[in-house]
Amino acid sequence: MSIIVNHLTYRYNPGTAMESTALDDINLKIEDGEFIGLIGHTGSGKSTLVQQLNGILKPTSGGVYVDGADIGDDGYDLKKLRGEVGLVFQYPEHQLFETDVFKDVCFGPKNLGLTQKETELRAYEALKQVGIADEYFYQSPFDLSGGQKRRVAIAGVLAMKPKVLILDEPTAGLDPKGRDELLDKLTSIRQDTGCTIILVSHSMEDVARYADRIVVMHKGRIAFDDTPMEVFKHRDELKEMGLGVPGITETMYKLKDAGFPVSTDIITVDTAVTEIMKVLGR
Amino acid sequence: MLRDITLGQYYPAESVIHRLDPRVKLLGTLIFLTSLFITKSFYGYIPALLFLIFIIKASKVPFSFMVRGMKAIAFLLVFSVVLNLFLTQGDVVFTWWKLKITKQGIQTAGFMAIRLTFLIIGSSVMTLTTTPNNLTDGLEKGLGFLKIIHVPVHEISMMMSIALRFIPILMEETDKIMKAQMARGADFDSGNMFKRVKALVPLLVPLFVSAFRRANDLAMAMEARCYRGGEGRTKMKPLKYHRRDAIGYLILALYLGVIIALRILLK
Ligand SMILES: Nc1ncnc2c1ncn2[C@@H]1O[C@H](COP(=O)(O)OP(=O)(O)O)[C@@H](O)[C@H]1O
Ligand SMILES: [Mg+2]
Repeated sequence: MSIIVNHLTYRYNPGTAMESTALDDINLKIEDGEFIGLIGHTGSGKSTLVQQLNGILKPTSGGVYVDGADIGDDGYDLKKLRGEVGLVFQYPEHQLFETDVFKDVCFGPKNLGLTQKETELRAYEALKQVGIADEYFYQSPFDLSGGQKRRVAIAGVLAMKPKVLILDEPTAGLDPKGRDELLDKLTSIRQDTGCTIILVSHSMEDVARYADRIVVMHKGRIAFDDTPMEVFKHRDELKEMGLGVPGITETMYKLKDAGFPVSTDIITVDTAVTEIMKVLGR
Repeated sequence: MLRDITLGQYYPAESVIHRLDPRVKLLGTLIFLTSLFITKSFYGYIPALLFLIFIIKASKVPFSFMVRGMKAIAFLLVFSVVLNLFLTQGDVVFTWWKLKITKQGIQTAGFMAIRLTFLIIGSSVMTLTTTPNNLTDGLEKGLGFLKIIHVPVHEISMMMSIALRFIPILMEETDKIMKAQMARGADFDSGNMFKRVKALVPLLVPLFVSAFRRANDLAMAMEARCYRGGEGRTKMKPLKYHRRDAIGYLILALYLGVIIALRILLK
């Protein structure tokens, strides 16, 4: 399903002294099956933007169109939309509430009005997708480890079988191993289901590895929207926004500054090795 | 909804009222509230109204913001006015079926409406212009004399400031959890009474869990910084009176004088 964001502006607390413009004239087109990295410094409006995409927040002006229909229209089926555009909030483990893991994952599909059987089938599938073993199914979600809780919470959204899966800083607070495992899971989920993924992050490293398109937010506006390779050409501007480029790209820039004639259009370690070898004449 | 409750909320602005010492504002609120109950005639509310308008104007808080706080208690207001209107005995002026409206009923209901409205707006002015921290500082210092009779003033004000400090945090948390559950298809505002109450479970369980987690963290952080109660504790910003506070007290004395004079003159 395609999502179009058209001249969207959003203000928190309009008409009071606390009024603040979180999104300013955003235009975006999201196609089927893309893997988008949404990047920006804290407070740049990433979370606010993704909450517009499933109708949790209503635009102050402008609109969001899903498959050609304006989701702000009266009578638009928002519940169905929330099943199709699955949004995993930051620290999703804070939303767990059921007495056991399996029941908690059933909450989403049950709300969509599916049959008991279909609900349980989906919950089982989702828990498998995020790599939770059967022995945890009937434990209290509050007894799990941090990383497991997070995966259960993500399964809670996956079980709705969204066509677009949005994750707001899913790796926040995880250790490097937990982070890599989670991001790899995302790639396999995408292969299995063919869904569009929007990964919100403030880490260039995470996004560079997985996304095939990067949208950079800065102060409520879109600063760049391109392939990782193109976006990372704007090293100085990115640094000014408090973001920078991935470590390996930065290394190539430093080598170039030191007088080595290397290309700086490099975003993975493997291509970097090849490039350096080439320059060294080996 | 939740956001409509402005009572107890702070509205940041640059005004004399914001800068006044919290003790002046506390005493002021006390005097204002008392004045509402001293007056026995409608004319007595004219100075109260003028005083309120004067304070609101000086506070630079938009009037619409104060009225928003009224919405939350509109039900209570209507309820008590209606009860008073129909249930007061006296000279009947109007009869409809079994309901009688009396002259005294109209009078009591009118008083009630004015008092409640002024009471809510009056106390909102204080909370809207004073940060919770300032408010509890003011209370602690203003009521300090009670320590002589072993009232744990510091502990009470510390509990109050923590509670007040947690209100916005819990509101924000509620908002977040609500959104997260809505993203999972939860529906908080449709269905019958039973369904709605049931829909609150996915909101309340995580909210309690998070409140306990926060309370635990806070206790730990306070202990890590050697908090041992009020004994010998000093303030980073001790309250100090300024010229404007003296003027504030003067205006309050004047207001109180007018109210008492009116009460004696207008029997
Ligand atoms: N619930 C809210 N009420 C008021 N302002 C908010 C709220 N949530 C976010 N903001 C403000 O909106 C801006 C964008 O925030 P957010 O979308 O959370 O950014 P990000 O996710 O990129 O860190 C920030 O300036 C933030 O202070
Ligand atoms: Mg965010």
